[in-house]
Formats: sequence, C-alpha cells, structure tokens
Amino acid sequence: MSLLEALLVQRGLWVYWAIITLMMIGLYGVIARDHLVKKVMGLNVFQSSAILLYVAIGKVRGGTAAILLEGEENVLYSNPLPHVLMLTAIVVGIATTALALALTVRIQEAYGTLEEDELARLRVREDEEEAALDPHPFDPPGEPEDVEYPEVKVGGGAGGAGV
Amino acid sequence: MAAESVGQGLQQVALSTAFDVHFPALEVVLPLVAAPLCFLFRSRAFARILSAAVAWLTFGVALVLLQKVLAEGTVRYPLGGWAAPYGIEYRVTVAGAWVILVVSLVAALTLLFDSRGSASRLAPERRYLYYSAFLLCLAGLLGMAITGDLFNIFVFLEISSLSSYALIALGRDRRALMASYSYLIMGTIGGGFFMIGVGLLYQMTGTLNVEDMAQRLPAVLDTRTVLVGFAFLLVGLSIKLAVFPLHQWLPNAYTFAPPRVSAFLAGTATKVSYYVMAEVVFVLFGAHFVFTEIGLGAVLMPLSVAAMFVGSLAAIYQADLRRLLAYSSIGQLGYMTLGLSLANVEGLTSGLVHVFNHGVTKSGLFLVVACVGYRTGRTTVRSMAGLGTRMPATSLAFVIGGMSLIGVPGTAGFVSKWELIRGALAAERLWLAAVVLVSSLLAVVYVWRVVEMIYFGRPEGLESLGRDGEPVREAPFSMLLPTLILVAATVVFGLWSDPTLSVARSAAVELLGGAGG
Repeated sequence: MSLLEALLVQRGLWVYWAIITLMMIGLYGVIARDHLVKKVMGLNVFQSSAILLYVAIGKVRGGTAAILLEGEENVLYSNPLPHVLMLTAIVVGIATTALALALTVRIQEAYGTLEEDELARLRVREDEEEAALDPHPFDPPGEPEDVEYPEVKVGGGAGGAGV
Repeated sequence: MAAESVGQGLQQVALSTAFDVHFPALEVVLPLVAAPLCFLFRSRAFARILSAAVAWLTFGVALVLLQKVLAEGTVRYPLGGWAAPYGIEYRVTVAGAWVILVVSLVAALTLLFDSRGSASRLAPERRYLYYSAFLLCLAGLLGMAITGDLFNIFVFLEISSLSSYALIALGRDRRALMASYSYLIMGTIGGGFFMIGVGLLYQMTGTLNVEDMAQRLPAVLDTRTVLVGFAFLLVGLSIKLAVFPLHQWLPNAYTFAPPRVSAFLAGTATKVSYYVMAEVVFVLFGAHFVFTEIGLGAVLMPLSVAAMFVGSLAAIYQADLRRLLAYSSIGQLGYMTLGLSLANVEGLTSGLVHVFNHGVTKSGLFLVVACVGYRTGRTTVRSMAGLGTRMPATSLAFVIGGMSLIGVPGTAGFVSKWELIRGALAAERLWLAAVVLVSSLLAVVYVWRVVEMIYFGRPEGLESLGRDGEPVREAPFSMLLPTLILVAATVVFGLWSDPTLSVARSAAVELLGGAGG
C-alpha cells in the first residue's frame, strides 16, 4: 500500500499523520531553534504528540466513557487505560518543562544570554582558558616551562552563586 | 478470571507472614519516601544521615533479593495485591537483582564520601535539597531494574533522569548549567521515544507487562507497528545508554556535575539503561527476532566498536581528568554493548559482569578525582603532577583503577574483557577479539598519561600549593575510605572473580532463555 493510499483510503489513519506532523514540528523546534526557551517549547510539542498518540490508541469508534451504568448492557467503551497512563506522562512533561525553564533562568543569570551560538562561543572561550592551564597532553612532564599560569578560579562559577 | 487472579495476588501477600516478601517494593519505597522527608525536615545533617542510611539499607535489601533470586528463581511482587497482567508487577530477575546491587552499592559508597566533596552550588542551609534529588535518582534507577511493567519503567526512567538533571546543574562551574540543559533535551527525547515505543507495542498487544507482552508479541511480530515500536524503544534507550553517535550529552554532564554526583551517575545511570535494553532485546522480543530477523547485530556491533575507539581516542586528548574519565566511559560502554550484540552467553555475561566491574572502577576513579580536586582545587591532568609523594593513597587508587580500565590481569576490568573475548571467539569473530585487544592499548595511553604525571611530573608554581594555600597533602580519611573500598573491590573481584562471573552468567542464561524467539 502506498503512503498516499494509506493517507486517503484508510480514513482512520489521519490522526496518526497529524500526530507525526506534530512530533516533527516539535523535534524541528528542538533542533533548529537557537533560543533555549524555544527549544523547550519544541520539546513540549514533541511530548504532546506522544500523549496524543496514546489517547488515539485508546479511542474506540463509537465508544463512550468507561462508566458502568445499571440497566445498560452491551455498551461499547473506549479503553480508559491509555488516558490514565497519560495523566502520569502529563505530569512528567510539566516537570520536565518546569525544570528546563528553571535551567534557562539560571543560564541567563550566569551567561547573560540564551542564544545558543553565543553560548557556544562563550563556552569555547572557557574551555580554551582551562586548556591553557594544561597546555598539551603530550608535553613532557617535569620539564619546567615558561607558562604563565592565569589566576585559578576555584570552582566559583561567575554570577548567580547560591541561588 | 480477573477477579480470581486478583484474589490470588492478595492471598499471596496476606498469607506470607515473612517480611522479606515485601523486599522488592521496599527497595524502591525506601529512597522514594526518604526523599520528601529530607525536603520536609530542611536539615542538612538529618538529610545526610538519612540518605546514607537509606542507601545502605537498599544495599542490604538488594543483597537479600539477589540471594533469594539465585536460590528460588524470579521473585514476583504484585503491587497492591493486584496480580499481573492487570496490576503492576515487580519482577526481580537475576539480572535485575544484580543491577540493583551495583546501583545501591555505588550509591551507598558515594554517600559515605565526605559531603565536602559534593562541592555543589547550593548554599549550605539548602544542601538538604541535594540529598532529596540524590535519593529520588536512586529510587528511579532501582525502580527501572525491579519493575516488570513497561510504562512503569518509563516513569522510573523519568524520575531518575529529572533528578539527575537537577543534580548535574548543581555543579559549581557555570558550564554545568549548559551540560544539564543539553542532557535534559537529549534525555527527554530519549524518554519520549521510549514512551512512544511502549505505546505502539501496547496498541498491538493490549498489555504492558513485560512477560505477558513477550507471549503476545510473536503473533504480531511481522507488523510494521511492532517494528516501529521496537525502533523507538531501542533508540530511546540508546540515548540514555550513550551508544556511540548518541553519546554527546555524557562528557559534559559527567565533567561539570558535582564530584559525588559524577561518581554516582558514572557508575549507575547508563548501567541500568543497559539492563533495560537487554530486557527489551532478549526477554521482550527474543534474540532470534532481534538478531536473526532484523539483524541488529550488524548495526550495534560496528557502533560499539566505534565507541570503543572514539571514546578512548578522545580520552587521550583531554586536559581535564573528569572529561578524560567520561570519554573513557563511552569506550567502556562500547564493550558492554558489544557483549550484548554478540547475543551469546559469554558476550552477555561479559556485559553484565562489566556492569559491576566498570561501575565500581569508574565510580572509584571519579572519587579519586574528587579527592584530588578537594586538595589541589583543580582537576586537570596537570594538577596531578607529583601527587605520588603528596597523596600516596589517592595516587595508588588512581593507578589501580586505571589498570582496571585497561584490563590488566588481576583487576576487575580484565575479567570482563576476557569474557568478552571468549564471547567473540564463541561467535567465531576473531577480528572482534583483536579489536578489543587493540582498543585496550588506547586505554593504556590515556591512563599512562595520568600515571606519568602523578609519579614523574614536577609541580610548578601554583600547583605546589593546594586549594587552601597550604602544601597539598593526603585527602581526609572520610574521602579516602569509600574511594579505597571501591578501588579495592576492583582488585578483590579481579582476583576472585567466581562470585561476580557466576551471577552474571546465570543472569545471561536467564535473559537468553527468555520468552519470544
């Protein structure tokens, strides 16, 4: 069966296409955006698509909420289990988003920017400064060198200490 | 039928008067309850003592569980008395008990490590939060290995991941924040993939219990949904396991996390994911489907070999000790996944025994670096110059741990590599055995670089003075003790490998004999 057929003929499948589209939008946001908060939002969209996938799995066409009513037999129910699972997944999603946003607040405090390329530049400089303390892995040890050691900063991250 | 099995489950719990029936639940509940207690009491001293006590208790429980599993076979615990497949079942297998033993041992010893070594960014009066997050992480990791329910694995995976993001972000260096952020992005995508995979499999089988699903899967194995579900599960777990091209989050996370956290995570987090992957591959789908029909070995084997070389090569060029150890971890994880991809008893045994051997070795080495950092204020390779005379015990610990990374006979690393080579030969892949040996030579290079610096390097200028402005001296006993215990374990279980190997072998036999296929 070609993809087009799958899309057009089996009308029940459109929901999966919608979910996949949503998922790709989310992943695209995570990968392509430079701003850290936008990445988090992309991640959020990605997680939502997974949640919708479960809800779609639980749906039975013509099915109703899984509540047992007296006198009514042979009622078609939707599967309630995926919904219950998704309550947990939603909590996980919120926790992840909250943690990620808290981290971006701390990154903004520490670096003064949330743009990824700028952060990468700052980080390369930090790594280079550190490497200057340890010039080359294969320098013969023990030989005195004329290396001026910069001020050692002991652990103390600049800015935002002990928040 | 449902009511009947539920009743049976209840009976099983009610009738047994022995307390140890509840041990599988206790293993997870202990740290899970202790974490909010640490938060509620808001006392650093209380949190310290409680978390260490809980970690040792979980280690004790893990020991009992392992003995029980080895004697009586799989231990099952229907949570809340709801029997599987309707309720969540805790199912302790030999492999699972083995993994929780490693996790709880490493947790107990890293928590024994002096809290001055935690060097977190938190103000002293808020340090209790550190222990809360640590215990949550422990609970998540233990839960992943104990539960027999796929969605439950996802929940525990997220509990351990979320708390480890928070822990890593506590590192003093501000680069810890970015490290934690990138791990969060990668980890969440990994967790999301795992969840999607579970959802697709649930769609086809209508169950979440691992064993139940393993029985129902063969009927629908040739559908595209199951294939896609398997792919999602595998890629999700590979991110958490840092399989070669998906390892980018690992070096920074381990480098900038607070020292004790690095030691804990390096010894445990990836190992638990390894167990879950083994369970998915061998129990859920069965070796026949995964390796014969899909041919996963053709993908996983080259990636493992690449990890062995890329990880070790990158480690050679690192200036920072923690980053050196982190890259070495990627290489060592390559040995573990290589063992898995061989899909024979020897290969899987080597992977599972390496869970213990590498966990103990790498945690010990990260604690050594924590000792060095505490005294010298730096953790570069150069900061080790001349420590052989100033910190003799710490230096010796590094040498022994390093030898275990290389796989020198008499250390734990040798045991796993020997088994891995046997596995490669059993699979009639002579070149793999050669590749394992050659990659071990790379480990010689990066370990020797540090050892040379320790014993032959001459400290210059600033380096002769320690962090507190006084000459560098041996680390305090409270830091040395857990470090030396871990390093001693690599020697003890390197020379006396019968217990570790026999447990790992029975775990491998059990996994390979799993359902499916």
